[in-house]
Amino acid sequence: MRQSFREIRYVDAGVEALQEEMRRDETILYIGQGIGPRGGNFRHTRGLWSEFGDDRVRDTGICELGATGVGIGAAMAGSRVVVDEVFLDFALEAMSQIIQQAATISYLSNGKIKVPVVIRSAMGAIRNAGAHHSHTFYSWFASTPGLKVILPATPYDVKGLLKTALREQGPVIFVEHKALYYSKGLVPEAEYEIPLGQAQICREGKDVTVVATSRMVNLALEAASILEKDGIYTEVVDPRTIVPLDTETIVASVRKTGRVVAVDEAPPLCGFASEIVAIACENCLNDLVSPPRRICSLPVPNPFSPVLENVMIPSVDRMVGEIRSVVKS
Amino acid sequence: MRTVTNRTITTELLLSLYRKMLEIRMFELKVQELYRLGLLPGFIHLYVGEEAIAVGVCSNLKAEDLVFSTHRGQGHALAKGVPPRLVLAELWGKATGCSGGHGGGMHLYAPEYGFMGTNGVVGDSIPLATGAALSAKMRRSEQVVVSFFGDGAVNSGSFHEALTLGAVWGLPVVYVCENNLYAVEMAFHRATKNTSVQSRAAAYGMPGFEIDGNDVVAVHQAASEAVDRARSGNGPTLIECKTYRTLGHHEGDPGTDYRTKEEVEIWKQRCPIKAMREQLLEEGTVPQDSLKNIEKEIYSWLEEAVAFARSSPPPSPTTVLDHLF
Repeated sequence: MRQSFREIRYVDAGVEALQEEMRRDETILYIGQGIGPRGGNFRHTRGLWSEFGDDRVRDTGICELGATGVGIGAAMAGSRVVVDEVFLDFALEAMSQIIQQAATISYLSNGKIKVPVVIRSAMGAIRNAGAHHSHTFYSWFASTPGLKVILPATPYDVKGLLKTALREQGPVIFVEHKALYYSKGLVPEAEYEIPLGQAQICREGKDVTVVATSRMVNLALEAASILEKDGIYTEVVDPRTIVPLDTETIVASVRKTGRVVAVDEAPPLCGFASEIVAIACENCLNDLVSPPRRICSLPVPNPFSPVLENVMIPSVDRMVGEIRSVVKS
Repeated sequence: MRTVTNRTITTELLLSLYRKMLEIRMFELKVQELYRLGLLPGFIHLYVGEEAIAVGVCSNLKAEDLVFSTHRGQGHALAKGVPPRLVLAELWGKATGCSGGHGGGMHLYAPEYGFMGTNGVVGDSIPLATGAALSAKMRRSEQVVVSFFGDGAVNSGSFHEALTLGAVWGLPVVYVCENNLYAVEMAFHRATKNTSVQSRAAAYGMPGFEIDGNDVVAVHQAASEAVDRARSGNGPTLIECKTYRTLGHHEGDPGTDYRTKEEVEIWKQRCPIKAMREQLLEEGTVPQDSLKNIEKEIYSWLEEAVAFARSSPPPSPTTVLDHLF
């Protein structure tokens, strides 16, 4: 049966997922700042308040700690909740609730209490928003046992993964990217879900595996096109979910190409790129023909001036240079 | 201080409050004994002296109502109806504990009794309780949620943000502050300029009351009104219960490095159980025998719990990864 697709924006894919799930499951509550009548800072909840009203779509003041804790408590007691931190940065106000409470309650209650909460936010640099609005620390959630972590790179992934997240029985950290909100992509007309723990091979290639997340996936694909002209064939793998991680697909790709480069907008120390290197070394050491490489943001807070931020964040140019040097070495 | 209103307090009610308080006291002293024998892992925070609050509040609750507790939560658990054998087995780290040995005293969950957890993070449970009340309201369930916390929590962001939301959303939650005058070693009057917890209620737009937390009838009355207010859809209440823990913050803390022995003695004389016992005897409506019988019954009740917990197995190491998600 042929599926029909249409091109929509990343931001619209999220709204569609929420509309469908909130219609299907009347226990879903959506809590956050500016997500009601305003339709969300990024227009990422447009239409939800007019359809579902004040009771189910609740604006709050600036109180992420309280709002997140309330969301988690409601999820403990029989509701399904989305807590929208809007900017990943502001999840910091709520860290004790996310790490100490949401992540641990199922385990500590021996499975008796589940916490079906989606903590939603947008990460990453956009138009020099600056240090307090550009953080990328999704790996901190990934290394906390008890949290699932999703990083969608395309509208197709946003919708399919958000629908799945809204059916999970435990807490999910759903991290979009601000600079992707208006990117476009093909999405089926019909409803669909994407299972967690399934990586996407976005581009096949024989010479090097590039594992990239979030906005870096698109940049990696651009770099791959450039490198192809030099006769370097790059395989780009997007894990899509950090927890659970599709190690199998990543390992198979690295064994095939013998080279791995991990690209992450976060700084290198103790980040997700390091995890990819560890996985490659643990599983593919005999297949590697050159050492693994990480391409990450320079380890500084996001600087304001465009010249500085452009150097800090991995660029297509930097990627091309690094990948070429890995393949030529 | 608020005085007791003229509602009919039956001897039956007084006896039941007395029994429940004495159960908690004897349970806690047994826990102390077992801990000192080296049988219980981890840390223990005993509720001795504060029994009137757990009992006075929870005696107003239905089975389906929910309680969110603190690091000092065995009294709340028992008052909410969690069987002592499940609490003790959990403190003992056994597989039969209410959290299967995963939680211990500070992470003790028994949702089948509406007991939504003790907590190792001061203040974290207050937004959680507020959220559970939101769920109750959205599900149209008539459940009421009680959030217990100490004086140590009332200057935290958690308290502030949770009460803000509880009030503005009109949620069915009762906030109960057990003000025992110390947060570990920090005297409340050194931590904050405004030492009236109940006065903070006005800042959030909710009613606030200050009660003698060692008068179980006063606590019962105040909580009764607050529970009614919540259940009828009229929003939250803040109740400050003034009390004292006559033991240290945790077993191993003598409690006198930062308090005088004289102060501790004064509060021992204000023991809520002693007060109720004296009241019952003075009123003459209960023969001394019935109080002795209560003690005997509690003794058996406790022995059964100890035997159960002692003979229970620890969890199998193969279960260490269970229930993470």
